[in-house]
Amino acid sequence: MSDSLLTEVTVSINGATVSVAPGTTILEAAAIAGVEIPTLCWASNLTPANACRLCVVEMEESRTLVPACSRACEQGAVIHTESERIAVNRKMVLEFLDTTNDLTQSPELQELITRYEADSSRYTEPSKMQDDIKIEDDLFVRAYDRCVLCYKCVDACGDDAQFTFAISMAGRGFDTRVSTEFETPLPESACVYCGNCVGVCPTNALQFKKEFDLREAGQWQPEHQTTTETICSYCGVGCTLELHTQDNEIYKVTSPADHSVTAGHLCIKGRFGWQYVQPPTRRLSTPNISS
Amino acid sequence: MQETDFVLLWGSNAREAHPIYFHHVLKGLKGGAKMHAVDPRRTASAKFADAWLGLNVGTDIALANAVAREIIVSELHDKAFIEHATTGFEEFAAHVQTYTLEYASSVTGVPAEAIQALAHSYANAPTAQILWTLGITEHHNGVDNVLSLCNLALLTGHVGRWGSGLVPLRGQNNVQGGGDMGALPNKLPGFQDITDDTVRRRFSETYGVALNPQPGLHLTLMFEAMASGSLKGLYVIGENPADSEADVSHSRKLLAELDLLIVQDIFLTRTAELADIVLPATVAWAESEGTVTSSERRVQRVRAAVDAPVGTRDDHTIIGQIAELLGAKWAADTPEALWNELRSLSPMHSGMSYERLEESEGLQWPCTDLDHPGTPFLHGWLWEDDLGGRDRAPFSITEHEGPKEQLTDEFPIRLTTGRALDSYNTGVQSRGYQSPIRSGLELEISHLDAEALNLAQGELVRVSSPRGSVEMEVDIKSHQAEGLAFTTFHFPELIDLNLLTNDDWDPKSGTAEFKAAAIRIDKLTSGTPRV
Repeated sequence: MSDSLLTEVTVSINGATVSVAPGTTILEAAAIAGVEIPTLCWASNLTPANACRLCVVEMEESRTLVPACSRACEQGAVIHTESERIAVNRKMVLEFLDTTNDLTQSPELQELITRYEADSSRYTEPSKMQDDIKIEDDLFVRAYDRCVLCYKCVDACGDDAQFTFAISMAGRGFDTRVSTEFETPLPESACVYCGNCVGVCPTNALQFKKEFDLREAGQWQPEHQTTTETICSYCGVGCTLELHTQDNEIYKVTSPADHSVTAGHLCIKGRFGWQYVQPPTRRLSTPNISS
Repeated sequence: MQETDFVLLWGSNAREAHPIYFHHVLKGLKGGAKMHAVDPRRTASAKFADAWLGLNVGTDIALANAVAREIIVSELHDKAFIEHATTGFEEFAAHVQTYTLEYASSVTGVPAEAIQALAHSYANAPTAQILWTLGITEHHNGVDNVLSLCNLALLTGHVGRWGSGLVPLRGQNNVQGGGDMGALPNKLPGFQDITDDTVRRRFSETYGVALNPQPGLHLTLMFEAMASGSLKGLYVIGENPADSEADVSHSRKLLAELDLLIVQDIFLTRTAELADIVLPATVAWAESEGTVTSSERRVQRVRAAVDAPVGTRDDHTIIGQIAELLGAKWAADTPEALWNELRSLSPMHSGMSYERLEESEGLQWPCTDLDHPGTPFLHGWLWEDDLGGRDRAPFSITEHEGPKEQLTDEFPIRLTTGRALDSYNTGVQSRGYQSPIRSGLELEISHLDAEALNLAQGELVRVSSPRGSVEMEVDIKSHQAEGLAFTTFHFPELIDLNLLTNDDWDPKSGTAEFKAAAIRIDKLTSGTPRV
C-alpha cells in the first residue's frame, strides 16, 4: 500500500515503536518518542533548509544517512539516531564549522562539540571566515565570521515569516555570505528592522546592539540576567514578548517560537521600541502640583 | 486567518500598523488565499494584494453598496443563510439598487470591472474575511461604514464560521480591554448596561457604593462639555489629547482653560505640561502586573520585568490611594484581587483565573466558567438551528455621503493620515529608540500635484487647512492618486499635524474624521530644495 493512502505511519526509533500522521518528520516523531536529535539549521518556526547535516540519522535500507529535520517517516522504517557512523558524521560537521567560524557565543554548539568530542585543533592551518563586524545602526550588528550559513535568517526574512526578502545567500563556495542586494548597507536596503533574523540566529552572528555593547565592554554577566514574559505595548495584536534584562535594564526582546500569535516573530516596535522605559530616557518620577 | 480563502483588506495598512497579524495574512496568501485591498493609497499591505481598489477618500459606502448590489443581481448571495439568520433583506436589496457599478465607479474612482471582480471573488469564496482599521472608522459616518461591511458578510454568510468573519483590528494593546472593563460611557465591565437596575445593583453591592444610572460622556462629548463650561475638571491617564485630538489647537485651548487638569503618565507629555497635577506612573507592560486584552479578545498577562524608577507608582495603586483619601476602603488592592473581583461581576470573564491565564497563551472571551475553553470566533450562533435563542441579525441601510469637509478652490487637496511602521501615535514611546527607517515626517503627494505646484522632492512647503497650517517637506510618490496627500501624526514636537485635521465627528461613535481634511499646499520660496 502506498504511504500516501495511510492515515497513520508506524516507525521504529531506537527500538521504540511510534505511530504518527503521514508527513510527520523523523525529528518530530523522535520528539514524540522522547528521543532528542541535535539540530542547527532547523527551527520549529521555519521550513527545514537541509543545510547543516547535523541531524542526520540512520534509516535501515537507506544507503546514506538521512536528515531527520525534513525526511518524512515512512511506513515500517527502522531508524537509529545514535551510532558510530552518525557520531563521526556529526563530529566532522562540528569540526568543519569550528575551524571556519567563531562559535564561542553559541552555547548549544559548544555543548555538541563536547558531546561528540569534536577537535578542530587537529586541522592545521584551516581556512577561517574573516569579516569585519558590520555596525550600521543602533539596533543590531552583523558579525559574519560567526555565520554558519544555516539559512535561518534568510528564511525568516523571506517567505517563512516576514516576506521582506532583504537578505539572501550571495557568492560561491567558501566566499558564500548572507548579504543584502549588492551588499547595500542595511539602512539603505529593503530591511524593515523586525529583527526576526536576529531572533533565529544560532551563533550570535546577528546580535542585538545592546548585547554587543555589553560584551565589548566586558560587562556581559549571564548570572545577572533574567527573562520575563509580557505583552507588547504597541498595537492591538497582543504579541508575547520575552524581556531579557541584566541588572534591571532590558538588553534584548524575543518572542517564544511556539506561540500561536507570534511564532517567535516581532516587528521593529515590539523588538526595539522598549528603549523609552529606561535611561537615557528621562521618566517622570516626582509628582508635581502647580501653584 | 491562515485557513481562509479570501481576504478583503479595507481601510487597513496592517503590514505597517499590525505587522505580526499581517504575518498570518501572508501565510494565508502563501497557502493560496486571494486578497483584494481597498484603500485610497497603494499601501505596503495593498502591494501584496491580487487587486487594489484605490477609492476616493470617504466613498466606502458607495463601494460597499455597489458590491452588495452586484452580488444580489448576480444571484451570488446566500439565500438560505439570509432566510435563516437575517432580517431586512428585501428593503436592503431595494435600497442598494441605485448603487450601480457605473454610479459607484463615478463616485469612488474605482473601475467598474474591479468592483465587479471584488463582488464575485468575495461571494464565490468558500470562506472569506473582511479586515478593517481606522480607514473605516475615522470618518464622520464611521459606524455606517462598518455596517456597510457587515451587510456584505450577512449577504454571503461569511461570518461566524471557521475561516470567515469580520475583523476590526484594534490599534492599541489594551483598547479592547479598556472597553471590556467598562471604560465606555454607558457600560459597566463586561459590556453590561449601566441603565439596567439589576446589573447596577450587583455592582453596587460589591463596590459598596450606589452607582449613577446616567451614562457618562465619551471623549468627544467631554471636549464639547468643556467648551460649554459644564465640565471643569479632567483626570487623564496615559493619554495625550493635547497632541492626538483632531483640530488640536482647539483642544489645547479647552484643556488649558479647565479648573483642574490631572495627568497620570510616564512622561511630561504636552498634555501633562498643561496639567495642574502630574502623577508619575510606572510602565504598565514592563514594570507592573496585570492583564491586557488584544484585538482577538485574548486576555493575556503582563508582568514586571524591571523595577520602576523611584517615585513612580502603578496606575491601580495611585487610583486606590486617591480613593482611600476620599474615604473609600477598597477590598481588592492587588492586580490579581482586582481581576478576581472583575470575574465575580463580569460573566464573560468568569472562567479566566490567573492560573489559567498563566498556563495558556491567554483566553478569549466569553469564557464563562473554569472549564470553558474560551471563544476563538464570535457569531457562531447565526448558524445554529434556533439562533442560540437570539434575534436575527439585521441588514442596515447606509447611504453614501462623502467626507464632511468638501474640497474647495481654496483647499483643493484631500489630506488623509495614518501610521508608519516604526512609530506609534503621538510618538511618546516610539521616539525613544533610534529607528534606521524613520518615516512619516514628510507629506506624501502625487507627482502630478508636485508638477502642478512646481515642487521638487524634499522641498519645504506650507500645508494649510481651514484650521491651521504647518511647514513640512514633500515626498513625491509616483503611485499616489492626484489630489491626495498623506502623512502621519507621530512627530507633533516637529510637525504639529493635528492642527490641520478635521474634528467633525460621528454622532454614533464619537470618532473624529481624521481621515479626511481639505488642505492647500503652498510653495514657500523659489529656493533650492533640501535633499
